[in-house]
Amino acid sequence: MYSYIVKRLLILLPTLIGAAILVFLLLRLVPGDVCLLRFGGEGGYADPEQIRLCRERLGLDLPIYLQFFDYMVGFFTFDLGVSMWTSQPVTTEIGIRFGLSLQIAIMATLVSVVIALPLGVISAAKQNTPVDYFVRAFSIAGIAMPSFWLGILIILGLLIGSQAWFGRPWMPPIDYVPLWVDPWYNLSALIWPALATGYRYSAVATRMTRSAMLEVLHEDYVRTARAKGLIEKVIINKHALKNAMLPVVTIIGIEFAFLMGGLVVTEQVFNLNGLGKLFVESVTQSDYTLTQALVMLVVAIFVLVNFLVDIMYAWLDPRIRYN
Amino acid sequence: MKSRLTRFAASVVLGSALAVGAGSISASAQEYGGELRLVVGSKIPSYDGHIESTFGMIHPIRPFYSMLIRINPDNPSSPTDFVCDLCVGDVPEPTNDGKTYTFKIRQGVTFQDGTPLTSADIKATFDKMAFPPEGVASNRKAYFKMIDSIETPDPETVVFNLKFASGTFIPSVAMPFNFVYSKKDLDEHGYKWHQTNINGSGPFHFVEHVQGSHVLGKKNPNYYHEGMPYLDGFRAISAPKMSVRLQAIRGGQADIEFRGFPPKARDDLVKALGDQVTVQESDWNCVLLVTPNHKVKPFDDPRVRQALSLAIDRAGGSKYLSQIAIVKTVGGIGFPGHPLSSTPEYLEKNIIGYGKDVEANRARAKELLKEAGHENLKFTLHNRGVDQPYKVVGTWLIDQWKRIGLDVEQWVQPSTPFYATLRTKKDFDVSLDFNCQAVVNPIADISKFLPSGGANYSDFEDQQLEDIYNELLQTGDPAKQRELFAAYEKRVLNDLASQFITLWWYKINPYRSYVKGWKIAPSHYLNQSLENIWIDQAEYKKQLGG
Repeated sequence: MYSYIVKRLLILLPTLIGAAILVFLLLRLVPGDVCLLRFGGEGGYADPEQIRLCRERLGLDLPIYLQFFDYMVGFFTFDLGVSMWTSQPVTTEIGIRFGLSLQIAIMATLVSVVIALPLGVISAAKQNTPVDYFVRAFSIAGIAMPSFWLGILIILGLLIGSQAWFGRPWMPPIDYVPLWVDPWYNLSALIWPALATGYRYSAVATRMTRSAMLEVLHEDYVRTARAKGLIEKVIINKHALKNAMLPVVTIIGIEFAFLMGGLVVTEQVFNLNGLGKLFVESVTQSDYTLTQALVMLVVAIFVLVNFLVDIMYAWLDPRIRYN
Repeated sequence: MKSRLTRFAASVVLGSALAVGAGSISASAQEYGGELRLVVGSKIPSYDGHIESTFGMIHPIRPFYSMLIRINPDNPSSPTDFVCDLCVGDVPEPTNDGKTYTFKIRQGVTFQDGTPLTSADIKATFDKMAFPPEGVASNRKAYFKMIDSIETPDPETVVFNLKFASGTFIPSVAMPFNFVYSKKDLDEHGYKWHQTNINGSGPFHFVEHVQGSHVLGKKNPNYYHEGMPYLDGFRAISAPKMSVRLQAIRGGQADIEFRGFPPKARDDLVKALGDQVTVQESDWNCVLLVTPNHKVKPFDDPRVRQALSLAIDRAGGSKYLSQIAIVKTVGGIGFPGHPLSSTPEYLEKNIIGYGKDVEANRARAKELLKEAGHENLKFTLHNRGVDQPYKVVGTWLIDQWKRIGLDVEQWVQPSTPFYATLRTKKDFDVSLDFNCQAVVNPIADISKFLPSGGANYSDFEDQQLEDIYNELLQTGDPAKQRELFAAYEKRVLNDLASQFITLWWYKINPYRSYVKGWKIAPSHYLNQSLENIWIDQAEYKKQLGG
């Protein structure tokens, strides 16, 4: 098991370095820079001297290879630099948004798991019955519906519904208050995007749970358990579910990693000050340092979650660690 | 029946807001208290007004600062009505043949940290903007190139000595970016301190800024304009998506947005909220213009450029585009309605492409193209990847040019590469460009059309244009200014057709009707101190409860 963990850890570093090089080069392919946009982006006069000073301050006047050298030194010394747009340290910019994105990711994952596991199991246990058909339709609808679109529908539904029932339109708060400061305000803002996103991801997990359960339920040891006279509830919960969890855990882990930085549109729909919204802003503003740091953060989260999923895989299935 | 009634109610609300406008807003007695929640569609790069140029900074930060002079908050729609803010009495008339302005400074004003404000702070502020030391940025330096020196004979007096009399001086001083800083801060912390710190003497005190989320301000109890501000505070919420800002007002999560919405958004809000929304509308000091690249053939030929301008039906565009986009007003190079700018009648008779007989204009355009040997010209229109109003107007322009036999494709780029193409790479045929300014300052604003102005991307030279502009810049006499302004306009739009105007923008601000006291200005940068805004508490409770 330990040698397996060490091997997986050793693969992490080249993956991160490769991603760092790629993101640096891709960003520089887009013409223009943050200084042009910041000082002349609204059609007014932009002082050329000011733009020159801005480029000088940000190191954009340096040759690409020197910029790359600076970037890699920063990468290895954990110095991510400052945002080219706000001049705030990148760690501060990310730190402000990290809590919100983490909370959304956890809430959406919980929603996803709470929906997916029971529905997937029921659907498998009641295969080819009306219950199974309903669950399959429900999950296909979730896959077909982008979460941001569902988010828009939720907002419009709240606006129209509240106006019809209470006489005044209401929508979720658009500014973030931490959970520990005002739990009610916090949840009234975040529950909706968590539902929209959780439903989307539950659809994939539901289908995965269903197919994994179906496979396990046809295994010999399940037939043996039934022959022994065990009740169906025990067979499913004790013998089948744990073994069916392998692919489901992988899906949930990857989804969680994606949620940490991938809610680009949904965060904008609900005006959530999270990493996804920051991502969009940093790209549209050509904020290289912030974009690079965010990409690396998402890569690191993906790599880390994959690593943890692999470990869990090995824990769940002894054949993997012995191989 | 119901929908017809709704439409009628909406039109009454909209119509009355437009017709009565701000007049009705200040008619009732002001009330104290409450927090204004405004939504802002752009991010704050830094807090330093002297280097920034985005409304994303002005809307949340301007309320913390004072200005020497400003546009009249009770009459912001006038482009020539300037009043004192930190100075006393009226805005001074110049002496010494228009070369000296003496301001008397208000006493008893303090910064947020308690430091008293004196004439030394005014001098330090304008010195920073007009004469920044080597290595210090100032985006306002070009506006103050007429200033020779600034003196403070005593703590209550500031004297600006100009190199030459200039009609641009007072509007430049009134620009909303000219936050007055404490000399003590500049001396102790340096010229970059204000990029990340706030210490102003405005109607509100800074409380907090959470990056990407909000800025909080609370009432300045020692504010020097008696009885103001009316609000206890404000919360400026960052919301980059227009649909979020709109729904936030509809859903009671925000009260107002100051930049402006497209006509459809206004109509949706009025339809949803009825008399709970007030709408103010105004001409906007932003213009969308066409910039041909003179270095690319055949756009080096003035006949081709004139043909492009002649093909455009501006009156028709105004009628139809104003229903779907934030453009409306037909105008020349100067802000429509300003005394220096050309009237519609003058434009119609004297400037190509403004005549009412569109078919005659287009026939002349075809003749010019034939003379130039480019009857079936094909080219690309470079445009910015933003719907309002760029892509809407770009699509309309292509249709206009198609009517004289041109084959035009639209090349849309996101903002950053768009600017790189327009300003640095210059590898375009014809591009849409825009000129957005704060205070209406026509003489300064039209430097956009000057080859040496630093913001003209047509890539040409013309000494005659430079000479007219230099004379205009150094003339104090209004009649002579108008004469030179007209000559400059004719040179740009007729003789050279170096660039030409499509339509001026149109500002539409729908907001919750319990917000009172705010009056629309011809720019989204202006009248943003929030000091004259108040909340009608009874109406607020009626609309949002508790």
